[in-house]
Amino acid sequence: MTRIIKYTEAINEALHEAMAQDESVLLFGLGVDDPKRIFATTAQLVERFGSERVFDMPTAENAMTGIGIGASLLGFRPVMVHQRLDFFLLAMDQLVNNAAKWYFMFGGQKSVPITIRLVTGRGWGQGPTHSQNLHAWFAHIPGLKVVMPAFPADAKGMLLSAIFDDNPVIVIEHRWVHALEGEVVNGDWRIPLGKGRVVTSGDALTIVALSYMTIEALHAVEQLKQDGIYCELIDLRSIQPLDWELIFTSVKKTGRLLALDIAATSFSVASELVARCAIELFADLKCPPRKLALPDCPVPTSFGLTKGFYITAVDIVETVGAMLNCPVPGAERLRAAQTTPHDVPGEWFKGPF
Amino acid sequence: MRQHVVQQWQGNIDLALLHQMKRIRQIELAIATRYSEGKMRCPTHLSVGQEGVAAAAGTALTFNDLAISTHRGHAHYLAKGGDSSRMIAEIYGKEGGCSRGFGGSMHLLDLEIGFMGSTAIVGNSIPVGVGLALAIKHQQLSKVSCIFLGDGAVEEGAFYEAANFAALKRLPVLFICENNLYSVYSPLSVRQPETRKIHQLAASIGMTSASYDGNDVKACFEGISHHLDSIREGIGPCFLEFSTYRWLEHCGPHYDNHIGYRSEDEFLRWQALEPIARFERQLLKNSMITPPEIALIDSLVTKEVSAAFTFAEESAFPRPEICSAYIYK
Repeated sequence: MTRIIKYTEAINEALHEAMAQDESVLLFGLGVDDPKRIFATTAQLVERFGSERVFDMPTAENAMTGIGIGASLLGFRPVMVHQRLDFFLLAMDQLVNNAAKWYFMFGGQKSVPITIRLVTGRGWGQGPTHSQNLHAWFAHIPGLKVVMPAFPADAKGMLLSAIFDDNPVIVIEHRWVHALEGEVVNGDWRIPLGKGRVVTSGDALTIVALSYMTIEALHAVEQLKQDGIYCELIDLRSIQPLDWELIFTSVKKTGRLLALDIAATSFSVASELVARCAIELFADLKCPPRKLALPDCPVPTSFGLTKGFYITAVDIVETVGAMLNCPVPGAERLRAAQTTPHDVPGEWFKGPF
Repeated sequence: MRQHVVQQWQGNIDLALLHQMKRIRQIELAIATRYSEGKMRCPTHLSVGQEGVAAAAGTALTFNDLAISTHRGHAHYLAKGGDSSRMIAEIYGKEGGCSRGFGGSMHLLDLEIGFMGSTAIVGNSIPVGVGLALAIKHQQLSKVSCIFLGDGAVEEGAFYEAANFAALKRLPVLFICENNLYSVYSPLSVRQPETRKIHQLAASIGMTSASYDGNDVKACFEGISHHLDSIREGIGPCFLEFSTYRWLEHCGPHYDNHIGYRSEDEFLRWQALEPIARFERQLLKNSMITPPEIALIDSLVTKEVSAAFTFAEESAFPRPEICSAYIYK
C-alpha cells in the first residue's frame, strides 16, 4: 500500500514507525514537543510515546549529543534533531571525537547507534549561519554515515534505516524539499543506506545530484529531453558510504559527468566525484568532468545579494549544453517559466525559516 | 568471574583499600620504569600520587555500577576492577589489550566490570557518563554512573551542559573530581578564580556536593559510600571534589619539578602527605593490619605487575589488515 504524502509527513511516519516498533528509540531536540513540532515532523509523538521517550532539551547541543552517545552504549537508539545544521556545529567534539570513533577506538566492542537529523536552509535571508551545507565535513570523518534524501519515499526509508543502523548516522533534510509530495509505502519500509538511485535514464551525460539539487536537476533533465538530450540523473541519497559502483557504471556509459552540490565548490562532494571519476575512468571520459556548486563565499542574507548565488535548473541546462557543445533552448523556456522569487522554493514558503 | 576487591578481602575495607592503592602505585611505577624501553609507544598519563581517590571510588562502587574516565585513567580502570594484564597490553598496542590494541593508554574499556571507557579530550567523557545515567534511569536500574574528571574539565562547556542535565533530570551520577592543581603546566591560579571552590560551583548548578582530602583514603571511601547511598535513594547527581597531587609529569614517566612550573618544595609537601604510607602507618598503629598481611599484599602486587607485563610482551600486535575492520559495525 502506498499513499501520496509530504516529505515532512514521511519523516513523521518513520519516527512513529520506529518508536512503535522499538522501545529503545528515544527522540530529543529543541522543540520536538513544542507547538510547531519541528516543521510538523515530530507531530503526535509525545502524545503517543510519552515525555520519557520524546523530550525537549536544554540548549546544550554538545553535551546532549554526548548524552545520546552514553544512552546508546546501554542499548538505546536516540534520535536527535536540530532545526538548523548550523547549531549542531557546537557538538563537533562529541560527534567527531566520540560518536564516530567509539567503535574503532575500543576495538569493536561497543558501537554508537545514534541518528542526528539536521535541517539545512536556503533563501529567505537564512544567510551565513542558517543555511550552511557542511555534509562534506561529516562525510570526511571515518565512522560516520551521512544521508541526504531528496524525496519523501527516501526520507522515510532512509530515516528508518538510519535509526536501526548500529552506527552514528547524520540525516540531512533540505528545508526546500519539506513540502514536496510523493508516493510513500505504508508501514516499516526501509531503504538501505549507501545506495544511490537512477532517477532518469539516458546516455548523453551523467548528472549526479544530491538533496535539493536533485529537484533542480529533474527540471533541467525534463527540459533537455524536450530538446532531444537524454541525461542520466543519479540521486546520491547517501554520501557516506557513497555508491561508487552506480556512478562508475553510468559515467562509463555516458562518458560525461556533471556533479552538482549544494555546498561551497571547493573541497565539496562534487569535487570528490569529479576526482574519483577522473582517476578511475579517465579513458572513458569524452569531455572534462564539471561541477556546479555554490561560490566559495559565506551565504549572503539580502534578497539582492542572493540573486544568482544558488545553482538552478537554468545553470544545469546551460552547463549540459556547453559540455555537449550543442544549443539548449530549454534554458530560455525555464527562464520564462520562472515566476516565484529566487529566494523561495514556491508560493507555500512564507518564512521565517 | 572476577572478584571485587572487597570480597577478595572478605569484607575488610582497610585491606581492600591498601591493596588497591599499592596495586595502582606499583603498576604505574612499573610503566614509568619501563617506558624508556620504547615498547609503550603512546602518550601515557600516570596517576602516581593520586591513588587514594581512585582506590576509594573503585572499592565503594560495585561491578554493577558504571564508570567512565579521562586521559589519566589507569588508576580508575584498575580500581574499578579492570584487568591489569589487558591494560598493559593495550598500552603496548597488542591485540590482547582491553581495546584490542586500538585505543592505547587513553582509551581503556572493560565492560565485564562496568568500565565503559576513557577518552582523551578534556571533559568529553562527562556527557557520555550522564547519558549512561539517563539510560540507567529509563531502565529503572539501581546502578550509578561514576564520572571521573579533573579540575581542568570543570572549565569546559561540556561539564556545565552535562551537569545541568544531570541535575534537571535527577540522574544517578557520581562526579569524582580529582583536583591535582595543574592542567598540564597551568596552575589553578591562572584558570579559576581563587575564591571560588570547585565543589561550591558544582553545588550552584544544583548538585549535592562535598570536598575531601584525597590523601585520606578512608575518609574518601566513607564519603563516596555515603553519597552513593544517597544517589541510589534518588537524590540525583552528587559532585565530590578531592584534593590530590600528581608526582610525575603531566604526560610521561619523569619527575619534572625542575622545569619551572612548580617547585620541589611544593612536591615534597604533597609527597609527605601521600595516601599509601600514611594509611599503612595508621592501620599498623591501630593494629588493624599485621605485618604478614602487608607482606601478602605486597607479594600479590608484585606478582600481578610481573604477570601483566609478561602478558603484554607475549601478546601479538594486531595485523595491519585489521585496521579498517572497526570503522562501521
